[in-house]
Amino acid sequence: MTNPAITNPAITNPALTNAFEYAPAPESRSVVEIAPSYGLFIDGEFAEAADGKVFKTVSPSSEETLSEVAQAGAEDVDRAVKAARKAFGKWSALPGAERAKYLFRIARIIQERSRELAVLESLDNGKPIRESRDTDLPLVAAHFFYYAGWADKLKYAGYGDNPRPLGVAGQVIPWNFPLLMLAWKIAPALAAGNTVVLKPAETTPLSALFFADVCRQAGLPKGVVNIITGDGSTGAELVAHPGIDKVAFTGSTEVGKAIARTVAGTEKKVTLELGGKAANIVFDDAPIDQAVEGIVGGIFFNQGHVCCAGSRLLVQESIQDELLDALKRRMRTLRVGDPLDKNTDIGAINSAEQLARIRTLADAGEAEGAERWAPECELPTSGYWFAPTLFTGVTQAHRIAREEIFGPVLSVLTFRTPEEAVAKANNTPYGLSAGIWTEKGSRILWMASKLRAGVVWSNTFNKFDPASPFGGYKESGYGREGGRHGLEAYLDV
Amino acid sequence: MPHKSFPAERPGVTFGYARRYAPLVTMPTTVPAYGAEAAERLASMADVTATDGALRRFLHGLPGVDAVGLQARAAALGTRSIKTTAKAYAIDLAISMIDLTTLEGADTPGKVRALCAKGVSPDPTDRSVPKVAAICVYSDMVATAKQALAEAGGSEVHVASVATAFPSGRAALAVKLADTREAVAAGADEIDMVIDRGAFLSGRYLQVFEEIRQVKEACRRADGSGTAAHLKVIFETGELQTYDNVRRASWLAMLAGADFIKTSTGKVAVNATPPVTLLMLEAVRDFRDTTGVQVGVKPAGGIRTSKDAIKYLVLVNETLGADWLTADWFRFGASSLLNDLLMQRQKLSTGRYSGPDYVTVD
Amino acid sequence: MSDDRTERLRVLKTYKLFVGGKFPRSESGRVYEVTTATSAAGAAGKDRWLANAPLSSRKDARDAVVAARKAFGGWSGATAYNRGQILYRVAEMLEGRRGQFAREVGDAEGLGKSKAAAVVDAAIDRWVWYAGWSDKVAQIAGAANPVAGPYFNLSTPEPTGVVAVLAPQESSFLGLVSVIAPAIVTGNTTVVVASERTPLPALSLGEVLATSDLPGGVVNILSGRTAEIATPLAAHQDVNAIDLAGADAELARSLEEAAADNLKRVLRPQPVDWSADPGTARLLAFLETKTVWHPMGV
Repeated sequence: MTNPAITNPAITNPALTNAFEYAPAPESRSVVEIAPSYGLFIDGEFAEAADGKVFKTVSPSSEETLSEVAQAGAEDVDRAVKAARKAFGKWSALPGAERAKYLFRIARIIQERSRELAVLESLDNGKPIRESRDTDLPLVAAHFFYYAGWADKLKYAGYGDNPRPLGVAGQVIPWNFPLLMLAWKIAPALAAGNTVVLKPAETTPLSALFFADVCRQAGLPKGVVNIITGDGSTGAELVAHPGIDKVAFTGSTEVGKAIARTVAGTEKKVTLELGGKAANIVFDDAPIDQAVEGIVGGIFFNQGHVCCAGSRLLVQESIQDELLDALKRRMRTLRVGDPLDKNTDIGAINSAEQLARIRTLADAGEAEGAERWAPECELPTSGYWFAPTLFTGVTQAHRIAREEIFGPVLSVLTFRTPEEAVAKANNTPYGLSAGIWTEKGSRILWMASKLRAGVVWSNTFNKFDPASPFGGYKESGYGREGGRHGLEAYLDV
Repeated sequence: MPHKSFPAERPGVTFGYARRYAPLVTMPTTVPAYGAEAAERLASMADVTATDGALRRFLHGLPGVDAVGLQARAAALGTRSIKTTAKAYAIDLAISMIDLTTLEGADTPGKVRALCAKGVSPDPTDRSVPKVAAICVYSDMVATAKQALAEAGGSEVHVASVATAFPSGRAALAVKLADTREAVAAGADEIDMVIDRGAFLSGRYLQVFEEIRQVKEACRRADGSGTAAHLKVIFETGELQTYDNVRRASWLAMLAGADFIKTSTGKVAVNATPPVTLLMLEAVRDFRDTTGVQVGVKPAGGIRTSKDAIKYLVLVNETLGADWLTADWFRFGASSLLNDLLMQRQKLSTGRYSGPDYVTVD
Repeated sequence: MSDDRTERLRVLKTYKLFVGGKFPRSESGRVYEVTTATSAAGAAGKDRWLANAPLSSRKDARDAVVAARKAFGGWSGATAYNRGQILYRVAEMLEGRRGQFAREVGDAEGLGKSKAAAVVDAAIDRWVWYAGWSDKVAQIAGAANPVAGPYFNLSTPEPTGVVAVLAPQESSFLGLVSVIAPAIVTGNTTVVVASERTPLPALSLGEVLATSDLPGGVVNILSGRTAEIATPLAAHQDVNAIDLAGADAELARSLEEAAADNLKRVLRPQPVDWSADPGTARLLAFLETKTVWHPMGV
């Protein structure tokens, strides 16, 4: 950075150039009280698994055990589905306005408890408190507010005069946005009059269990929301259970395909929110500084554990050097570390398993000849960590350009013309999201119409809103969550 | 823990800070304020200012600014949590960067002398508080300020004079140049000029460029020393309205020889904002990358609290880094900010909240 | 003109597939016998031979997918107005061949003349109905979304891509039209598996489409054993969706399983009264919602 031609003593004298170091600014853990163990939340009560099995959930930033939770088996799944079925009659028969008020209550209680829930989420998931506080929790509350308002307006949603709920929804959610994905699933389901059995991810069960307490505080009728914790086998039991009418899944494309096979030949309605390998396309006339922010936010937000992450940077060759210099400069300022520190930009990788997968793919990137770069970055000694990394010299044939890494790893590719950019962006089985950076409006609209992706961010990236439909093309899944479109998934239409 | 720990030799709140910052106001006194290589690189860009058309094409060819993204970035940096030792560091750094300002029609020599005394010794009860960077006054008060600073034992505190028909800039060029020369002759270390926003907004970029260049010439001291007052160029960003205009004005001023670029006069409805300042920080960063010439940035107007000031320092830290984190390269144009910084400083050293009776009214 | 009034021997039509705008035989060289409906009324008789229809192979299915994919860019990129005009043109061409279709439908479904004519009229009217949807569907399926921030946010429906359509087995023409028109009017391209036992109206439809300004490959029509053709289509990685209208429960299940391999959108078979108001369900089934964000600032 320092140019030797500059003769000002303030620059050349290192004694005068102390960096502005931020002291640790930890958010207090004491706002959340985690019990040593949690049962399954079925029919309004917490109970142990029928076979008494439990598993531990750990904090990925320290590997400390946070709590022990029940491992639901087939019998527990059955009990939860039956509880939801039993509750369905009354719940679906409630006037929409009454259901709405329950959802409004939930939204308000989440707002009231947002600091506690944000800390909990950062502890269990490893994401920076800045994100759980400023992104996850506000969006969770907003999602309940949004769908609360639909509950008594369903006949105006464009799905007929008297759209009916489906029944019992079996919902399986991932570990990257535990509470937000819960909100995306439960809010529209309840608004439409369904009851739910939800299984949070194995590594992040706690916020869903706290949500059970939110339901208790809101006075939600028993059995309307049931939370069962467990691993993939629990999810498989739930999806296959003959007593559910609807499957909603967010997670990997591989599991999504297995679910699609499982429900084949049944009457179950399915929505799948799966993987992605989004192209973030930067043209030479882009607003460069904002593009750099968008690239950084696109891939390093939430440690890159984002299905719509902008994991493939497609940069126009004419500005490749300039953009990469700026990107590297910006990456050097990223602060990796304690998720509870308010100044942390990148937290912990969610699990040892995920860390291993990221490492494997990053190693494959190197082995296949791409050039790896990461800023100097001191990583904590315990917990699961991966430095923000970018690969240059990547081609469409590389694994790191095709497979979803789901980590803070950016693959940089180049293009020469808009047509080439579109061809490369679409050259993937996925189709969840894409980004376009250019100051030329007509080019944005042309590009947006050509990109085969469910969400296109132009001159921005990774923006979410309860009013905005979200979901993929092709192997990124089907169905939409959010907005008026999100209701369809929970109505018999 | 992941973050590097605070250097051990820097204890909490001590007068070590004052010593550290005291020698920092060391603006280069030669013109140009950069080495020969940078001068060459700058000269190589002469063609972009050769004609009105060339300058327009250059300025309009700068990357666009997405307003929403810029504002979001500034807001995100505003959420940084600066605590304990970092806060102490930032407060003293901010004090050392203040251009303590009085620009009122009602200014008198007495008022200016009081301000100078305050700038030299911001907290009479605590000598460890650093001096401010400069006292900023109208040109007719320069001599008074110079003398008052010397008498207060703070001649290293600079005197900055506004000039060029501040704040509107609406006067004949000859008047603006005379205004500048008078201030320099009276001993001003720094000149804060305003650009002709009318000319800029109507697209007469070369006229604005020429005016800055001539004011820069007028900053030369007539004493044969070959030195010159430092030139800060005020854009009045609240009148330029768009971020694209601010980026263009930044480049235009830097090409014309500005030593500092400054947001505002403090006399219009919208003064310094974090996004505008961030954009100008990006401009000086890019300008140094391109030419090798380092230019300072001064947000002015509306920065009243320590919290605000620290947010600006975070912007500097994360956009430019340590190279700009001195009073040589970053300034606050402010008046009431100083007392809030002093109260926060007292809170940090005593652990209890201070009140306005425990700081001086200037 | 009944055969018994003249001695003239009729010139019979060789029914062929319709793929990429052309009329190939099955690459397999196979045909199968198509006969009248067993309950056919009047003089049609029982199990009378009507034609030898091509017995399509998996390779024919593959070729049809290639043609459909090739046509997708142009057809989905055409203006909605243009697609509506072309679909209306199809209806005009159908109107001109009402008699032919009435005879084929009567033979296929064992309907009397007036009933068969009514079915054909309904099919033509349905085609007109769908034609009008081309430039309206985005207005009922799209949305301007009021997000909590300075962003312009718009959701618009886009065609899913290449859709494999298993035409209904029992409604050889009205049902056929009711599954093809909603898929293509929004910009999808299709590979249609005609009713196995009654493929002739479908194969004749190809002749209409070929003369209606519809770009080649937008609709590709295959005749043969539904299960044999549908199985490779359901597993095909370059097919984006499948309409199982013409599959029985067991076939539907196995096709849905195969379709999971690339997460095709699957429209399961359900009992449908093809003469009733179809609603928008089929129209919306093969659409993807694309949401575009853009900041608003100066």
